[in-house]
Amino acid sequence: MAAGIKDKVAILGMGCSRFGERWDCGAEELMVEAFTEAIGDAGIDVSQIDAAWFSTHFEEINVGKGGLPLSIALRLPNIAVTRVENFCASGSEAFRGAVYAVASGATDIALALGVEKLKDTGYGGLPAGGGGTLSPQWAANGSAPGNFAQLASAYRAKHGVSRDDLKRAIAHVSVKSHANGAKNPKAHLQKPITEEQALNAPMIAEPLGLFDCCGVSDGAACAIVTTPEIARSLGKSRIVSIKALQLALSNGSESGHNSWDGSYFHTTRIAAAKAYKEAGIRKARDEVSMFECHDCFSITELVTMEDLQLSPEGGAIRDVMDGFYDADGQIPCQIDGGLKCFGHPIGASGIRMLYEMYLQLTGRAGDRQLNDPRIGMTHNLGGSPMSNVAAVCIVGAYD
Amino acid sequence: MRIVHSGTGAPHAGIPVYFRWYTVHPIWRTAFCAKNPGLLDSFMVGISALAVYLPRLRLARKAIVDAHRWADPGLAGKAQGERTMCNWDEDAVTMGVEAARVCLGDSRDVDCLLFASTSAPFADRQHAGIVAGALNLPEDIATLDAGASQRAGTSALIQGIAAVKGGLHASALLVTGDKRRTKAASPGELDFGDGAVAVRLSNNLLNTACEQNIALEFLACHTVTVDFIDHFRGAGEEFDYGWEERWIRDEGLARIVPDAVGKALAKAGVKPADVAHFILPSTIRGAVASIGKAAGVPPGAVADTLAAQVGETGVAHPLVMLAARLSQDGIAAGQIIVLCGFGQGCDAIVLRIGDVEAARRIGACFQAALATRMAETNYSKYLAFNNLVVLEKGMRADKDDFKTALTVTWRKRDMLTGLVGGRCTICGTLQFPRTDICVNPQCRAVHSQEPHSFREEKANIVTWSADFLTYTAEPPAHYGMISFKNGGRFMTDFTDVTVGQIDVGTAVRMVFRIKSVDRIRGFVRYFWKAAPERSLT
Repeated sequence: MAAGIKDKVAILGMGCSRFGERWDCGAEELMVEAFTEAIGDAGIDVSQIDAAWFSTHFEEINVGKGGLPLSIALRLPNIAVTRVENFCASGSEAFRGAVYAVASGATDIALALGVEKLKDTGYGGLPAGGGGTLSPQWAANGSAPGNFAQLASAYRAKHGVSRDDLKRAIAHVSVKSHANGAKNPKAHLQKPITEEQALNAPMIAEPLGLFDCCGVSDGAACAIVTTPEIARSLGKSRIVSIKALQLALSNGSESGHNSWDGSYFHTTRIAAAKAYKEAGIRKARDEVSMFECHDCFSITELVTMEDLQLSPEGGAIRDVMDGFYDADGQIPCQIDGGLKCFGHPIGASGIRMLYEMYLQLTGRAGDRQLNDPRIGMTHNLGGSPMSNVAAVCIVGAYD
Repeated sequence: MRIVHSGTGAPHAGIPVYFRWYTVHPIWRTAFCAKNPGLLDSFMVGISALAVYLPRLRLARKAIVDAHRWADPGLAGKAQGERTMCNWDEDAVTMGVEAARVCLGDSRDVDCLLFASTSAPFADRQHAGIVAGALNLPEDIATLDAGASQRAGTSALIQGIAAVKGGLHASALLVTGDKRRTKAASPGELDFGDGAVAVRLSNNLLNTACEQNIALEFLACHTVTVDFIDHFRGAGEEFDYGWEERWIRDEGLARIVPDAVGKALAKAGVKPADVAHFILPSTIRGAVASIGKAAGVPPGAVADTLAAQVGETGVAHPLVMLAARLSQDGIAAGQIIVLCGFGQGCDAIVLRIGDVEAARRIGACFQAALATRMAETNYSKYLAFNNLVVLEKGMRADKDDFKTALTVTWRKRDMLTGLVGGRCTICGTLQFPRTDICVNPQCRAVHSQEPHSFREEKANIVTWSADFLTYTAEPPAHYGMISFKNGGRFMTDFTDVTVGQIDVGTAVRMVFRIKSVDRIRGFVRYFWKAAPERSLT
């Protein structure tokens, strides 16, 4: 039985660009912005980085293929750069590569950087995905909101929830995130919204209105990882270590076998169970201090709370309405504003989530700072409810 | 309408239809009949099944007239009734497939498929082949496309009858449909409708000892061919160019049709006065009655042109009218039908009602198609669906203009055209698409799947949304996961959905539709979508 990743790797430094409609920047400038902060935080020289992992999703409108865009933008010292792509979980995938490289002993210091320049498409929303040569000839003509909106139909049917009750709960999910994002100068959307605004917004994909959907933004985020020992030797005192890092992918059973009811994420449940085991967490609801959920859409966040074992099955609506996940609740969720306010530059999001957990655990989250969080979790999801990549990462104070 | 197909209990059960020469070749037929006394005397060829497909949308003519009265006040008198109107994802091919599904039922005993249309999407790609693929017909089948004239449907019918009668083919399927594109404010826009018909042509020996009988027996036919140009459409042109109606009536219909009808009846040995059903499409008011009179058929025999409820459905229309006529009271065995198709001459086909119950089923099929109706009063939608107005579709519409990998289309032809998935021979799980490894997490058998068609499988909605973001010609785009009652599921587009009509659990059936169109290369992609079960109310 593998020992897992717990406490083998520490975060040496992190950086995050300002997210938003960055008409002033291309992907290269965003990368430099995030990296400059991260390497300054790490307190090392670029020559000390042994290897890098680079995540982007849309090669058509972003930087193209390969690891070269990162190597060239950062003028890295001719080190290995691996480009990874795993849908919207690409950022977590880059982080995983860097962490595993350090854990294996192959490198002392590794870099993970994710970037996406989305606002060069000419229209709002995410660009339509590719999908090879066969899929476009038969796959349903879906968009991201339409794919995730289907969760609502199945969740309602399974739990006997009225449309109004569900709409109000997912409205609160978004109201809570906007309230948090209003305190974050790096967020794309920094204005609070009301429940009325959320409920009366234009319909995007039944039952998701405009405020049930995350923004579409440009951004980059960066992490530099090493061993706890090296971190300490470099003078770090409040060390944040990786407790668990798990990825679970659909194998076609949700989309092709009648065993799945459409109301939850099969993969998230698997990734979460494995991550809790790896991190030694027995009861997540009691032990997790805060988390960043992949709130691409409000309904995604709602059902994921159950998949992560934080709310009981069928109990997420009650928890949401009780404020359990609000900034002053028991487990604050999207304390930085989430995808809802940061938008979702796909390659960057997984690392952007970790950035907030890192800031909170090191006591540097400013107005958003929570009282002594010990365990932070990120949930980064790519694909659609019926076929996806789920990444769960747990970080915490290194004792 | 369902027909019981030949097979069980028949002397030739289990023998592929194209090997049943003993039923069709004159010498073998004689030998076969020698063993089955009495059969030769009763040998007949004709229509054993016929099914009509009408798109559910019915555009009120008032909506058309209201849009154009400012320019042509004379249109006011034409604001009566309604015409059938294709959804954006329907065309002659998709309508034809739907008609053929009903016509064939479970049977695949067809060795010839004829497709007739003047509005099919490809100038060089055989539509009969697309239809055959969508129906999962055997590859050992002769196919032909007919077109280029409004009598292409009746002419193809004659060729199908000839092939079956002469012994070249055992059973032929004619699929004919039209979705004629017309200029806005043109007469055709008001007069035409969209629709399709599938006809099964058989001889009664093929179906000996089984339950499928000849509904309409072929007696005789006659064709007059003259290059009378009532309208034309040049190659590559979008629209018809037509001549004056009075001239078409007096110099065309009145001279050509009675001549053809008279000669066909003479061949059949039937007097005009004995004709019970005279079927001739024309959009010219009053023309059909006068032509019937000129041909000598009783006034009561002249069939309604269905202008009030359907409109003229192009090459399919003689057969649509035939089916409608068979839904009337008073249908009886032995009644004589004259079926005419007009265009650069005239086809006149003389039929006799054989099995009256089979004939009534044809009429019932028409009534069911007519009753599957959704009123449409939005003329703008008609313009948009028929690409008659330059619409802002948004950049998201660009995504459909991708190059289709024809190698993949070929490799996956049974999946894409035939909706064929897999059935695991180890665990029995149905799955779509068919893959090398079984999708059942408890099975995972390798190379265990045999082809399984999902075309006629019943399904229900598991998840759904109505999406205003993605591009579709008819927002919101409805799609979601459907699960088949016997197993298997996939996420699919929905069509023919009214907003608010569907929910988790809604029963759906699969229909063959246009998936998307590559506008740059002019390539129409077909696939299957889920539609709420057609209601007959």
